[in-house]
Amino acid sequence: MSDLTAPLPAVEPEAGAATSGAGPRRPSRLRTYAALAPFFLYVGAFLMLPTLIVIVGSLQDASGVPTVENLRVAFTEQRFVDAFMRSIWLSLVTALAGAIIGGLLAWAVATGNPDGALRRLVVAASGVLAQFGGVMLAFAFLATFGANGIATIFVEETLGLDVFDRGNWLYGLTGLAVVYTYFQIPLMLIVFLPALDGLRREWWEASASLGGSSWAFWRNVGGPILAPAFLGALLLLFTNAFSAYATAAALVSQGAPIITLQIRAALTSEVILGQANVGKAMAVGMIVIISITMVMYALIQRRASRWIR
Amino acid sequence: MMAATRRRPLPVSIARRAILIAVLGYLILPMVAMLEFSTRGARGTRNLDAWVAIGSDPNLIDAIVTSLEIAALTVVGMLLLLVPTMTWTLLRVPRMRRVVEFLCLLPLAIPAIVLVVGIAPMYRFLNTFLGGSALTLAFVNVILVLPFAYRAIDGGLRSIDVPTLADAGRSLGAGWLRVMGEVIVPNIRGGILSAAVLAVALVLGEYTIASLLNFDTLQVVIALLGKRNAYVSVAVSLAALIFAFLLVLAIAYLAPGGRSRAPQVEEE
Amino acid sequence: MGSAATPQVLNGRAGVEVQLLDMHRFYGAVHALDGLSIEIRPGELVALLGPSGCGKTTALRALAGLDDLDGGRILVDGRDITHVPANHRDMGVVFQAYSLFPNMTARDNVAYGLRLRKVEENERRRRADEMLDLVGLAKQAGRYPHQLSGGQQQRVALARALAIQPKVLLLDEPLSALDAKVRRQLREEIRRIQLVVGTTTLFVTHDQEEALAMGDRVGVMSSGRLEQLAPPAELYERPKTRFVAEFVGLTNRVSGHARDGEVDVLGTRLPLLAGSEGTGPVKALIRPESVRVTPDESGSAAVVAVSFLGSVCRVQVELPTGELIGAQLAAADAADLAPAARVSVAFRPIPVFAVSDRG
Repeated sequence: MSDLTAPLPAVEPEAGAATSGAGPRRPSRLRTYAALAPFFLYVGAFLMLPTLIVIVGSLQDASGVPTVENLRVAFTEQRFVDAFMRSIWLSLVTALAGAIIGGLLAWAVATGNPDGALRRLVVAASGVLAQFGGVMLAFAFLATFGANGIATIFVEETLGLDVFDRGNWLYGLTGLAVVYTYFQIPLMLIVFLPALDGLRREWWEASASLGGSSWAFWRNVGGPILAPAFLGALLLLFTNAFSAYATAAALVSQGAPIITLQIRAALTSEVILGQANVGKAMAVGMIVIISITMVMYALIQRRASRWIR
Repeated sequence: MMAATRRRPLPVSIARRAILIAVLGYLILPMVAMLEFSTRGARGTRNLDAWVAIGSDPNLIDAIVTSLEIAALTVVGMLLLLVPTMTWTLLRVPRMRRVVEFLCLLPLAIPAIVLVVGIAPMYRFLNTFLGGSALTLAFVNVILVLPFAYRAIDGGLRSIDVPTLADAGRSLGAGWLRVMGEVIVPNIRGGILSAAVLAVALVLGEYTIASLLNFDTLQVVIALLGKRNAYVSVAVSLAALIFAFLLVLAIAYLAPGGRSRAPQVEEE
Repeated sequence: MGSAATPQVLNGRAGVEVQLLDMHRFYGAVHALDGLSIEIRPGELVALLGPSGCGKTTALRALAGLDDLDGGRILVDGRDITHVPANHRDMGVVFQAYSLFPNMTARDNVAYGLRLRKVEENERRRRADEMLDLVGLAKQAGRYPHQLSGGQQQRVALARALAIQPKVLLLDEPLSALDAKVRRQLREEIRRIQLVVGTTTLFVTHDQEEALAMGDRVGVMSSGRLEQLAPPAELYERPKTRFVAEFVGLTNRVSGHARDGEVDVLGTRLPLLAGSEGTGPVKALIRPESVRVTPDESGSAAVVAVSFLGSVCRVQVELPTGELIGAQLAAADAADLAPAARVSVAFRPIPVFAVSDRG
């Protein structure tokens, strides 16, 4: 019992730890910020620098002389403009389709058992399908709708129709749209499910006790609250499709219907003499479009987050 | 909330079932097709030849090993970069939180195809020193992983009261490094695990940068294989998808708190 | 605080009678409501009190139609509404927290029920503003919930519930999420408003002080059953069951011996309340304010500690038996008491509850 009152040894100061209070403040403040240096240096080197290279390169010709020729070509030459337009169209359509179908799926999952197997499985599967490798999904679709795909064969044998044009349908823009939608749906689930979870039970019950039907609740409370989240998700889906490369690269070996494939062409072919940096100009174009979407997304988020406290 | 509404009217129940069957069915269809395709034998028989062939293709094995190595390096790099930075920011430099967050989410605005355009010259330079190994892809992959890893670790940090824990540790005599290493990090294991799994999944599935920088990773080899031997490439694709699915499912069961839930009023 | 609105707006309904008959509810194996029967008289405020898990909230939600019943009936104004869906029951519900619609202003929240009833816009606005004035928030009508404090939000919730002139008003621990000072203020306002409006009200809480202060009658619940339903004073002075005796108010457990309807404690004989343990060694439940402590050099007890609480003092005393009891005295009477002072202890000669010694 007497040990309780015996004096303890002092705590040893950590090797290299800043002394608190005693010394001048400035060195320790520098130290504090210096600890973040590795992070900033790394991101600077592997993210900012490449981006800078792209932007600066887009404004130079093959020998480093400043010029706007690359930008002019990228944004006015027909095949590039077409590619931009097609990319935007593809992204809009698949974002909308993904948002609606994915939204419905999210609702179906949210209204189920929150700890149930269904939810966990669907969320895990969505995590994989949404982000994991367009190449494999391309093969999945080839196995389904390609020349020897299970669906193609099935439709041919049962209906005698060559609906899928011996699998060539998949390589066109429509095919791309269908494949893109496939991974937009799980992405929508992941992004939108938290918003549905955030609908408090009390709102539903308050509305009911005040006399509101299901419809009244969704129209007056649920809908308005979910709208920003839905729009935000739509924007994310748009960006996702717009940036996508792997799936299209695996499916389309000839030609470059969308902008990401055009950039591939610019990188891999030395055909275009004196236009080596047009690819960089296209990349800049992509950055601009994506930045606009991201800003819109941030604005919506800020407005919406006030409510959900 | 939605799960708590016990009484579900019949038409809603039916609609829900219908949606689940239709959408999930559509999502499963290509997976089933892959299974069917990869097990086709001569004249309508079924066999596992394509699957067995995975093990006997040296290029494929090499690519798998390479990708796993890159994944491991990426996980280590990401954790070393993010965990100290994020906990330090939270504890000592809260003002920088916004900046760190912005930088971590920035890769979402700069897609891989754009990044590779700018990073290609850098890699040409790097390769003269580091000898052109595919493992250097880990550098870029860490960047690609940042947004997802940040969210996962941030989720972990939010689930505990970091300032209070830090104060408790400090008042008992621990210095900042100890607090970070012995108090904070062990309590965000879930977030760290999530981030690691996401990193592995992302690296195994990464194609854009690897292919345009001419490295032979798993996805690149799968794509090349597709032209030569469709059956094997479909088989290995399905295998990789299942592997990733099991990984992600594992963290869903092991690391709770992956779901954001509105705090429910206590039922009496 | 706002002026009391004239009853014209609020009137419409004199209070109605509510009867909960033999309610049963199971959650898996748990018997959340076990034959609960309560009758609430027209215009009355009944406070349902009990520990966590006793079923009080379940009862309220069953009455509101937000949860199902596995057995029993509910009658409001003589009509059986057991199978009527929640949105047709015409009841006003105030939840513990977070129930205001975040996308609407205070005014729109309050007017929501009126909008559902197709009240015309100007009239809606007028009534909503009157209700907000009644709860003292006329100036905040245009604010959004996230711009209001917790106490203000609950006032809006109350205005919203009352705006539809409900037959019954249900309050599910509306003050539990607020801090102490706000709680006390709001408690008085709610009671005042309820008396003005005259709606039959059920108020659920785990806070004793609240229940005793607000209720015309207080119902104590435990494990899905009603232990006692009585006016606050009766509950406090004449508890019917052991649970009520121990749950309501502070009590000392003093060893004594029971026989023939009386209990012998420290030489004093006190009458026993019905339901007590009647024979043998018992613990008598004696309230602190019933313990008299006087300084006495030759006293058999000693002061252990004195806590000054403003108007009263709590004095902890060690009895000759070694037991520790707490007494509550007016601060003036405790002036001469200090730790280790010798005192003599006496008990007020009122009936007490006794429980068996092993409890």
